[in-house]
Amino acid sequence: MQTKRRVFLKGSLAASAAGLAVGAGLLSPRAVLAAAADWPEAAFESESMDSALSELFGSGDVAESGDISVKAPDIAENGAVVPVTVESSIADSDRVAIFVSKNPTPLVASFDLSGAKPFVSTRIRMGETDNVTGVVHAGGKLYKASKEVKVTIGGCGG
Amino acid sequence: MSTIRMRISPAGDVLDVKALIRHPMESGNREDKSTGKKIPANFIQKLMVSVNGENVMDGNLSEAVSKNPYINIKVPGKKGDEVTIAWTSNTGESDEATQAA
Repeated sequence: MQTKRRVFLKGSLAASAAGLAVGAGLLSPRAVLAAAADWPEAAFESESMDSALSELFGSGDVAESGDISVKAPDIAENGAVVPVTVESSIADSDRVAIFVSKNPTPLVASFDLSGAKPFVSTRIRMGETDNVTGVVHAGGKLYKASKEVKVTIGGCGG
Repeated sequence: MSTIRMRISPAGDVLDVKALIRHPMESGNREDKSTGKKIPANFIQKLMVSVNGENVMDGNLSEAVSKNPYINIKVPGKKGDEVTIAWTSNTGESDEATQAA
């Protein structure tokens, strides 16, 4: 345990050195700036899941699939922090997105994979009891799976 | 201090990357209770991950991702490979960190 902590601390130090280099203009974050331009704003601002899907993938045609696993707790006491894992075993899965249909804007996050495995685990906010839906784009088609999470205290407001 | 902390576990030809980013992820819906004014939105929009300089994942986040985002992904690579994580926010801030597996 102790040694692991050491390694982790060392890693953090190295990481902060890289951050400093960026700050000092030694490393130009050009790639970072270029990529920021293509954040799919229309999809994120859509207030229904259907329109968010169409904006993001160009199609709202989604098939239920047993090859996607969505892991989340049955009951979340705090909607501000709900752990969610979406994993796909469908061949050629190249995009993974997470939706919560009753949130003010249902699209939570999307991930374009160019080598990374179709596996994403993160923590999200949920306003009320709802389904968390994982949508996977594979071979030009869309697949989804959902998991219901009961939310005791919503996580959208203050 | 970098805002990005990473823990990388190599398993065969896959690197399990767990990252924790220090960021408020303000949704823009919250009010400052002392002034009654809305706290402006401030959240990470783009999250880029590369291995040895090659992009492997390009993430788009919204304000519905929890404060101090935690992300666990699996990327191709082996022990010794360098994983870089970079983010930019809606306010134009950014940070980047690189760590060897």
